[in-house]
Formats: sequence, C-alpha cells, structure tokens
Amino acid sequence: MGEMEQLRKEAESLKDQINAARKAVQDTTLQEAAAGVAVVGRVQMKTRKTLRGHLAKIYAMHWATDSKLCVSASQDGKLIVWDSVTTNKVNAIPLKSSWVMTCAYAPSGNLVACGGLDNMCSIYNLKGKDGNVKVMRELAAHTGYLSCCRFISDTEIITSSGDCTCILWDIETGTQKTVYAGHQGDCMSLAVSPDFNFFISGACDFTSKLWDIREGTCRQTFPGHESDVNAIGFFPNGNAVITGSDDTTCKLFDLRADQELITYQDSSVMCGVTSLAPSLSGRLILAGYDDFNVNIWDALKAERVGVLAGHDNRVSCIGVSADGMACCTGSWDSFLKIWN
Amino acid sequence: MAEAPQQQDQQQQQEEEEEQLQGSAETTEPDEGSEGSEEPDEVVKPARPLLSVRSMSTVDPDDDYPNMIVYRKIEDIVTRIQDETEGIPIRTVKSFMTKIHSVVTGADIVQWLLKNLDIEDPAEAMHIGSLIAAQGYVFPISDHILCLKDDGTLYRFQAPYFWPSNCWEPENTDYAIYLCKRTMQNKTRLELADYEAENLARLQRAFARKWEFIYMQAEAQVKIDRKKDKTERKILDSQERAFWDVHRPVPGCVNTTEMDIRKCRRMKNPHRVKKSVYGLVEDGSQAQSPVHSSSQHCRKGTKEDVQKEILFLSTQLDRHCLKMSKVADSLITYTEQYLDYDPFLTAPEPCNPWTSDDPTFWDLESSKEASQPRVKKWGFSLEEALKDPTGQDLFLKFLESEFSSENLRFWLEVQELKRVPQQEVAHRVEEIWAEFLAEGAPSTINLDSHSYERTSQNLKDPGRYSYEDAQDHIYKLMKSDSYPRFLRSNVYQDLLMAKKKPESEQGRRTSLEKFTRSVGKSLTGKRLTGLMQSS
Repeated sequence: MGEMEQLRKEAESLKDQINAARKAVQDTTLQEAAAGVAVVGRVQMKTRKTLRGHLAKIYAMHWATDSKLCVSASQDGKLIVWDSVTTNKVNAIPLKSSWVMTCAYAPSGNLVACGGLDNMCSIYNLKGKDGNVKVMRELAAHTGYLSCCRFISDTEIITSSGDCTCILWDIETGTQKTVYAGHQGDCMSLAVSPDFNFFISGACDFTSKLWDIREGTCRQTFPGHESDVNAIGFFPNGNAVITGSDDTTCKLFDLRADQELITYQDSSVMCGVTSLAPSLSGRLILAGYDDFNVNIWDALKAERVGVLAGHDNRVSCIGVSADGMACCTGSWDSFLKIWN
Repeated sequence: MAEAPQQQDQQQQQEEEEEQLQGSAETTEPDEGSEGSEEPDEVVKPARPLLSVRSMSTVDPDDDYPNMIVYRKIEDIVTRIQDETEGIPIRTVKSFMTKIHSVVTGADIVQWLLKNLDIEDPAEAMHIGSLIAAQGYVFPISDHILCLKDDGTLYRFQAPYFWPSNCWEPENTDYAIYLCKRTMQNKTRLELADYEAENLARLQRAFARKWEFIYMQAEAQVKIDRKKDKTERKILDSQERAFWDVHRPVPGCVNTTEMDIRKCRRMKNPHRVKKSVYGLVEDGSQAQSPVHSSSQHCRKGTKEDVQKEILFLSTQLDRHCLKMSKVADSLITYTEQYLDYDPFLTAPEPCNPWTSDDPTFWDLESSKEASQPRVKKWGFSLEEALKDPTGQDLFLKFLESEFSSENLRFWLEVQELKRVPQQEVAHRVEEIWAEFLAEGAPSTINLDSHSYERTSQNLKDPGRYSYEDAQDHIYKLMKSDSYPRFLRSNVYQDLLMAKKKPESEQGRRTSLEKFTRSVGKSLTGKRLTGLMQSS
C-alpha cells in the first residue's frame, strides 16, 4: 500500500497548495467590497397569474426565450406548455412515464424535453407539420434517473442524471456525444453558461463542477456545501455560479477566483433549497425552499430582502424570464404562479 | 430535564434505545417503569418510551439522509424551548373536572421564538413555529391538524422517540395496530375521527388475512398501556397520535414526510432495517429494505482515481486565481450597470405588462426601432450589441462603412452553421470556406496562421464546430478592435444622444400616442388636455 499512501499524500499536498493559493487572493470579502453599494430595500412581489391545470406535484418548469411561454412537468404524467400571460394551455402533452423530474424549452421555441425515472430524455417537437405534438427522440443511455436537461440548440441537449454523470447528446442521431463523469453522487441539476461554452452541475456529493462542453473536461470543482446541491445557476455575466443545497444555504462561487465568495443563510431559514434563479441584473437571487416559500436575497450583501409566500406545499422549481420581467414558481401543490 | 445534545456512537445509542423500549418514564412524572411483554410467544417489545432527552437516533448523524441538517436545526430550537431555565414553563392547566398536564400555549411559543431567535417580524416567528408544528415537534392537544396558532390554544411537545430525525417510515401494519388499539379503549378522547375510521376500514380489507395478528398486537399494546399511570398515558397517547398525524395526515393536509423521489432512491445503507413503531419484527425474516443498486460509479479510492485526481489538482494549481477584490468589483459593476434594466429593481417603462395588461414594453423591445435604453445597452458589451437584431444591423452597417464586415458576416454564418440540420452541415462548411477562407475568397477574414492551420485540420472531418477556433479568434478581434470604434462612431453616438428628442417625426407621434393612451386610462379628460398643451 506504499504507493497508494504516497499518491494520497501527493493529492493532499496539492489540495493544501490550492487552498493556500485561494487564501492568498482573499484580500477582501464580497460583503466588504459591497459595503458602499446602495441597499436594495424591501422587494415585494405579488402573484400576477396562477396557472392551474396540473393534478399532481409539479417537479419542474422552464421559460421559453420569448418570456411569455413556459413549460411545466408534473407527476400527473403531463407536460404543459402555457401562455403565461393569458394562462391558456398551448399544449398538454401526455407522457409515457408519469415519474417526470425535469423539463426544458429549446431556445428556438421549437422543442421541449423531459425525463425522470425512466432514465431517458424525451424530445418533443412542438412545431410538427400536422399540429400534433409527438415524441421526436428518446435519448437513452443513462443508468439512473434524469434529474435535469437543458438545450444548447435544436440539435444538442445536455442531461444530468442520478447515475452521477452528465451527457451531451446529438438530438438528430439520438447518440451521446460526450459523457461528463467525475461526480461521486447523483447529479441533481445543471445550467448552461450564457456563451454556451460551459455548463455547471450540482450533485449529491455536495460539490458543483464546471465543465467545458467541447473539451468534455471538468475545469473546476467547488466544494463547500454540507449536503446535496439541489439547484444551480449562472450569475448573468457567466463568471460566477450560484448553488442551493439541502444544508439550507445558497452559495456564490466565482470562477476566476476559484472559490466561494459568499453564503446566503439565516438562522430562521431552516429548510433545504430546492431551486434558484437570479434576477436579470444578478443583484437578486430568488430561491425556492421546502417550507413552501421563496426567499429573495440581495446577492451582494447576503441579506434577505423579500419573501414570496403563496404556495401550499414545497416550491420545487423557479425561473426568471429572459427579459427579467417575471418570476415563475412551481410547487408540489400543483400550481404555478407568476410573480413580479 | 432536557439534556444537552450529545454525540453518541451508534453502539451506545442502540443500547439506550433498548433500555427505553423497556419503558422509562418522562422526567416530569414519577418514575414508573413498565414490565416486559406478557405474551411469551409474541415478539412484542413494549415500546412506550418516554424521553425528554435528545433523540436517541440510531441514524448516524453523518448519514446523508437529506433532511437531517434541517431536523437538527429544529431540534436545537425545540430542546431550548423546553429548557428549564431558558425555555417556556411547561404547565398543568385546570379545565372543568380534569387537569391538562404538560402544555404550553401557542402564544407562548410564538413569543419565545420572537425573543430568542433574533427575529423582528412576528410573521417570521409564526412561519418558523408553523414549520416546527408541521413536522410534529409540537402539536395541538385537541386537533389532528398540525398548525400553530398565536393564541391560547394548548400545545404539547413531542417525545424524542417519535422525532422525524429517527427516520421513521412506519408501515401500514403499524398504523393498523394503532387504529385498532384505539377502538378497543373505551374513551371519548380516543374515538376515531371520520377519516381515521375510513382508513381503518380500508386497512381491514387490505390486511384481511393478517387481521388476527394485528388484532392481537393491538390487544397487547392495550394491556401495556393499562399498566401505566393515567396522566402518563394521556400524554403518551397524545404524542402517539401526533406521530400518526405526521405520517398519516388528515386528508387535505400536506404530508411533511413526503420525500423527493430522487432522494428516496438513494440508499447508502441498503440493509437498513425498517423499524416498527411497536417493535414488531416480521414473521420469518427481518424486514429489510430492498437493496437498491446504487450507482457503481460512486466508489472512491482506486489507484487510477487518485492519479486522475492528482492530474486534475495539478491543472487547478496552475490556473491563476484572480483577486477577490477584482472579482467582487466586476460583480458589483455588472449589477449596477444592469440595475436600470432589472424589472425587479427598477420599474419598467412605460409600464409593467404583467400588472397593467399593456404590452407596450414588449412591443418596444421587439420593434426594429430601438429605444434609447436599448441603444445604451449595446454599449455594455459586444454580446449585448449582437443579441439585439437592431444592434447587430447597425454594427454590420458600421463595419461595411469600414470595409471590414466580413468578420461579422463570418461570425454570423458560423453561428448559423451550429443550428442547421445535419445533412446540410458539410455543404455549409464548404460554402463558408469558399466565401471567407479560401485563397482569393471574396470576403477573406484576417486569421492568424495558427488558427488557419487548425481550421484546415478540422475540415478534414467537417462538422458543426469545425470553425470554433476561427470564430473565437474573429470574435476577439471584433471585440478589441471594431467594437470600441463602433461605440465611438457618429452613427452610434447620434442614436445614443437622441434621448431628448425621438428619431423622427413619425416616431414622436407614435410614442406620444402610446404614452397618452396609457396615461389617459387613469386621468380625466381635463388633465389630459392640460398635458397635451404643455408638451
């Protein structure tokens, strides 16, 4: 075992050096640097629309890029595309498997995807010739549940799975292009960078990882959470990552400083974070919790500046529209609410 | 007396739990142990432990049960609330002919939370209190619905044995025994609620074959109960009922024990034996949870793994870390730059389409004529300029005037290439080469020899990303060279400065029309005329 001992020692020494390098650049904290920034004040948002129609827990939702349409997935076995302004259902797509855990809207607006305990990512074409919405592809290769999926374009999609890997798929051929392996726990969620060159994944090994989409490599790993990382998102400028965890906190990690910048926590917040989304400027972070509420955090000062209360069960998903106008929350109470 | 939380190892925990299963008493009552089972052939453990001490959880605190961190937080609070010196005094209340032991009021709880948890907002205290109640750590003595009321309603604390952190997943057999037992005892306070009676009927049908067994278990439990002190029994009964209110809630109430199915599937301990509340052991084999094939990928520690890790860490070490101050500044600057564009922070103009049902904002955003804020945004970054179709057009026109439009056109073509159907890819790749890169091409772009080499290599196997390197290079060129010149150019500056007066006569009329339309809705005719006159 001599060699193993040596290797482990080497790894430990490298880790120490990395930590030292990180400490060396800590000439201030984000809170100190932001001390001079004007406070945001109380943020009060009201429910503007309630989208009713699902019959069971909603597990996921995603906005379309037009900021009006959105798609939601529920354990009643349906994928519903909503016109959130009129609250009309544009499409109600019945699924083969009702254990759906994630859904996504393609940037083009032509496709939606979903997946769950069936270990597959199913792609649906919304703009089919005869008007019917049909399954276009079934991407099967994961050996665990599909926890999240995000389109890069109409031809590529990235999925994360309970089998601890993420995969980049070619939708046209239905094949895997790249497998991103490295996490040591179920991957729970993923987010694509604004420039589409990178994506981040959060997992049950308490870490999040930054991946280079084309190279297939893990560029950076961010430890720090004390429990599963359930939710993840990019700060709008693409240089920082926000994570939410079962340890009741959210954290901000900077890619260029390669470390945690700040933690969003409060002694009175005693529930796991299920989902999160930054506002358009990144100044606010909206996070959904198990205690049925959404807490709004001032990203720079780490203070709670608002609460969205209105759901009767856990908030399972949240999204801010591309134009930053509205926030949509989905809950286990089977409703979606639009707030601003 | 509540003991301070102790870190105990599993062995010790198990022993103590065994002891308690023999029936130690609540410390606020006179000590009265109960005897062991009276049915020598039945393997029934008289499970009526009463503890005011911290949960003797057999779950290793390091176990990755997802809610454990939350439970520990709540348990800290609940332990503090019951503390003799710092907590709420737990009283006995006189009522009609009886005394109600070991209670506090809802208002007491809310007040304590407000004072001791550093909370300013009473609504916040209610929220936390409701959370604690919903998980069953504190319960109303005369209601099945687990919510907290800020008034004189009486509440009792749950015994640590029943705490959620013990990871109870009680089977229906336990629930059946419980309901059955309740019907055997002739007490009005133990009468079944309607939904419980329905549940019992359903369970009787489901367990038709084992009902005799269940009935006997229930009888055994009743015998054990009878031996206890009357007061102690009342308290235990209420705690037991609260336990079932959590795990079999009133229809319509949220079941707080529901777990995200993604987490359910993860069982680090496949041999975890499902515990029975009443100490039942399934006839025959031990009730084992099914062994989930947890992912094979998640093993640690082979030599290859460590070597990979070393490689990864070395690359990380080589990477240069930016200073926190720099990074913080860039984040702050970004948020400040976009502050005016964030509808959650700055009211959108002319009005918020979600609150006013007026889509003007969206119309303005998508119109070919860019509003001044849009024009201003193009100056934030090349990304923003290119994101906006109008901005992209203007930039292209500017480049044409400088005879360098081939760069942007190349970039746009390559973007398009990433989206076309697979069968067109090869053709497009060729077209782009012919137009921009071949010798004597009509729109040669300025590529350095290195990128040119790599691109030629990529084209041996043409694909969507063959021009990735070239595209990156051209983008950087535009960003550092043409884009700053564009921002300084007359064509951009004129547009940017035209905020005081709209671009054209027609523009002015339309925007004024829209403005008055939206304002007119809330103003009377007189005031409207007044406005028109003053503009």
